Amino acid sequence: MTNENGRFGIHGGQYIPETLMNAVIELEEAYNRYKDDPQFQKELSELFNDYAGRPSRLYHAKRMSRDLGGADIYLKREDLNHTGAHKINNVLGQALLAKKMGKTRLIAETGAGQHGVATATAAALFGMECVVFMGKEDIERQALNVYKMRLLGADVVPVVTGTGTLKDAVSQAMREWTNRVSDTHYCLGSVMGPHPFPVIVRDFQAVISREIKEQMKELTGRLPDAVIACVGGGSNAIGAFYHFINDPEVQLIGCEAAGRGVDTFETAATIATGKLGIFHGMKSYFCQNEYGQIAPVYSISAGLDYPGIGPEHAWLHDIGRADYVPVTDAEAVEAFEYLSRMEGIIPAIESAHALAYAMKIAPDMKGKNIVVNVSGRGDKDCVSVARYRGEDLSE
Amino acid sequence: MNRIEQAFQHKAIIPFLTCGDPDLETTGKLVRELVNAGADLIELGIPFSDPTAEGPVIMDADERALKNGVTTDQIFDLVIDLRKDVKIPLVFMTYANVIFSYGIERFMKRCEETGIDGIILPDVPYEEKDEFEGEAEKHGIAFIRMIAPTSEARIAKIADGAKGFIYVVSSMGVTGTRKEITTDIAALTGVVRSVTDTPCAVGFGISDPDQARRMAEMSDGAIVGSAIVKLIAKYGRDCVPHVKAFAASLAESVHGISGN
Repeated sequence: MTNENGRFGIHGGQYIPETLMNAVIELEEAYNRYKDDPQFQKELSELFNDYAGRPSRLYHAKRMSRDLGGADIYLKREDLNHTGAHKINNVLGQALLAKKMGKTRLIAETGAGQHGVATATAAALFGMECVVFMGKEDIERQALNVYKMRLLGADVVPVVTGTGTLKDAVSQAMREWTNRVSDTHYCLGSVMGPHPFPVIVRDFQAVISREIKEQMKELTGRLPDAVIACVGGGSNAIGAFYHFINDPEVQLIGCEAAGRGVDTFETAATIATGKLGIFHGMKSYFCQNEYGQIAPVYSISAGLDYPGIGPEHAWLHDIGRADYVPVTDAEAVEAFEYLSRMEGIIPAIESAHALAYAMKIAPDMKGKNIVVNVSGRGDKDCVSVARYRGEDLSE
Repeated sequence: MNRIEQAFQHKAIIPFLTCGDPDLETTGKLVRELVNAGADLIELGIPFSDPTAEGPVIMDADERALKNGVTTDQIFDLVIDLRKDVKIPLVFMTYANVIFSYGIERFMKRCEETGIDGIILPDVPYEEKDEFEGEAEKHGIAFIRMIAPTSEARIAKIADGAKGFIYVVSSMGVTGTRKEITTDIAALTGVVRSVTDTPCAVGFGISDPDQARRMAEMSDGAIVGSAIVKLIAKYGRDCVPHVKAFAASLAESVHGISGN
């Protein structure tokens, strides 16, 4: 899917300071060496299976399907993974790679805290030092995950610059990496940043669609008609889409966080409101003003509160292979509550964006099968959803 | 001989300012006083919302400037005004998206029309330079290439064909003053000299006249950013005499290098 310069169509590339160039070249060489190495793959699949609890289940949500009265809905239960989200897939892969490269320290950015918790977990498991950069706003929104990271031995550094959210955490992690590359691996959490990160993260997350494909064949004997996932940077979505890209009969739908609506400034829907640009190491679509200043985006979901989208998604959008649709805070909160009551599953508010869109289209898809990637579980979001509904859960 | 070549006829002192910090009027005054203080070339920062190569001092300056509503077009207007009397080379330092969103060709054309001599883009390495460097060259604008302490085997490739000057990043990490610069700068500039006559200027972390002199001794010039921006942050609109005095001490130190 990529050419030799790490491009997806016109997107991608390596727009980073010279100080980091040899580090990403070294990473690419190491990844190319290990990705097809049977020993590496054996160790990784042991970690996936024995430690993370893979394969994750594909659950036929019968009550939800019946209630919506159209398509049959299947939930890919990434929320059941160890640490409660898909993030662990990528982190185990990158931590194993970093260890093989002789790195002793992992740094990471985090938004909702899921990637930070996953990185802190892998660092604990591999006996590595860990520093997680997290926006000040997000530290307030996600106190439980901050506690977990510290419990796991990571140092959580608050980022107060800019909007104090995910984009600022990425910037700060990049700055820290330029400071210390020799012993440090930057464990980037999404399919974004400079090449080879979008490829590496995708490959480690592609286990999601590989399993969906097998599980759907087993459960229904055929491919799904649609796969739906939420998109911030886009790692769970690319993981859920990847093995279906060459199956044109499978509709791929990415749900962006529209926040208070795509006609307001309080949105994070990049495809709907952004334009082509260069930021955080890649060429892709970004929310920005007419002079190229990156926009202060907003979403109720800290994990989708990012002004860009991974370059492979930008390309899938360009060629029309995947559709990207905006979903508002209000719709996501409704879906969060709906799945809790209907199926007894509390989804992450990020994943609730994908569920909301499935709820919208399922009634008109009788006889079809929809897979929704439940990328994470929603314990971490109970406080903020309660607050959204006017209830204060302080203990 | 173009303006940048002229500037490197002796060891050069290169101050940096963020345009619009604290406001564009003060930036204009600062540029003129830097010229009077002996600056050989001035780097003008076009502020960016998320400057990933900057430390806290210049990040804050960018934020102050953007809060004031400074735009790329207003900065071009400032350059037009400066060029009425400022003869030394002026080089923009900014980020890829500022130029990309303006339109690379349109931006370079404006640079040529207004009298900008070069551009520095810390998030555009050698591998990604073509889409910027090509348009820059068409309009006679030098695309300044950068080398870093980690560049190693890349140095010769980067230096070969470099226009204007080569920006040697003194240290790992982001911009900001440092007590000590531990990189073997002479080793880096030695490799550069083996492939090109294009001058080398050292930046990142230079905080005082002594350090500036030491860096310029091992290269062709010293770039001083954060130490100046700190004075602007401290004194606001009253910063001009303070910056001028500091720049004069830098210039004296660098221009006093023997054999210069």
